[in-house]
Amino acid sequence: MMILVTYDVNTTTPEGRRRLRQVAKCCLNYGQRVQNSVFECIVDPLQFKQLKDQLSKEINENTDSLRYYLLGANWKKRVEHVGAKEGYDPEGILIVD
Amino acid sequence: MRKLLNTLYITSPSSYLTREGENIIVKAEDRDPLRMPIHILESIVTVGYAGASPSLMQLCAERGVSLSFLQENGQFMASVHGKTTGNVLLRRKQYRLADGERAAIYAKRFIFAKIANSRTVLNRAIRDHGSNIASDKVNKEADFLKRYLNKVLTVPGLDDIRGIEGEAARRYFSAFNELILADKESFYLRGRNRRPPLDRVNALLSYTYTLLRLEVQSALETVGLDPAAGFLHRDRPGRPSLALDLMEELRAYMADRLVLSLINRKQIHANDFTIKENGAVLLKPDLKKELITAWQKRKREEIRHPFLDEIIPIGLLPYSQALLLARTIRGDLEEYPPFLWK
Repeated sequence: MMILVTYDVNTTTPEGRRRLRQVAKCCLNYGQRVQNSVFECIVDPLQFKQLKDQLSKEINENTDSLRYYLLGANWKKRVEHVGAKEGYDPEGILIVD
Repeated sequence: MRKLLNTLYITSPSSYLTREGENIIVKAEDRDPLRMPIHILESIVTVGYAGASPSLMQLCAERGVSLSFLQENGQFMASVHGKTTGNVLLRRKQYRLADGERAAIYAKRFIFAKIANSRTVLNRAIRDHGSNIASDKVNKEADFLKRYLNKVLTVPGLDDIRGIEGEAARRYFSAFNELILADKESFYLRGRNRRPPLDRVNALLSYTYTLLRLEVQSALETVGLDPAAGFLHRDRPGRPSLALDLMEELRAYMADRLVLSLINRKQIHANDFTIKENGAVLLKPDLKKELITAWQKRKREEIRHPFLDEIIPIGLLPYSQALLLARTIRGDLEEYPPFLWK
């Protein structure tokens, strides 16, 4: 299934900036960065659980926020892109030529 | 059944694959690097000179993602495997079988299915295009195949099976030209030849067989069998004999039909090929891409598996057959059920 992960991490402190980097790194391991703090991840339920666990350890719940949007298996109908940096389709045909 | 994951094909010779965390990164000239998490992939296939870093190889090995390198012309060069996994008891049983009398029983089933599926390809052509093709000729060869089908079950030894297989393949390919409906001038098969392929149809078949072989080989490894120790194909260093055995039953259904439909739907043209002085026919880069795209699309189509009675994507057929083979060798199934296309 496709899930969308978005986050806001408070970066006014050095720790905050560190958390931001860690959160981004963690999301990168699971999906594609489509915008600065927006990730599209194809995961199975286990991987989703792992991702949530890892992220919840990184953030500070008093200042940061995480949102998960569950787009399911038919996610292609629910996503529309306008503008630059279209990205790749993880379930499409992947050829680098 | 398992989920069919994606395959990443790298056809640009200048690209280099590296790793960052759980990501594979493809760097290619004058382009932003492509980055994707490894868990969405089943395998990575590079064609041409793409290099890869050892740490990416490690990642692939750990995650059971197969990483293979092909030459420009589609010939297999190497693949990277991690530690041998799976069950040693299963593999030992496989080796005993391969050396023993029972090898012929397995070989028979592979070839039986190969002939049956080839025959279905011919019969389908008669049914769908009966008025446009020389159906007498196709019919005649289909009848021969039927005879070989009965014969292959009764002969005792491996050499007899190999003989029947060769005869049946010759019959089948002699009717193959009749199934080509578009641009017959350029697309004809002068018998089966390879290394190098000497006509366009052979070039297409060889390339598609390589794609299929990679998948069969990694499916066998996934279920813990040794792709090198075959029943029908003799051992030879570097030859994945069991993969070649298991491929037999899938060739006609997965590869031949794809090639035929690409030609007949005019998706492939005579000038998509380069012909060398020595007669070798090669696929131009765009055609390779087209072929890979068609292959990937076809793998997503779904069928009901005749034995498992479950709807699976065609791309999982190599895996499902490898699984059934492993179960048979282990003794959970009495006899190996090859894939028979109805």
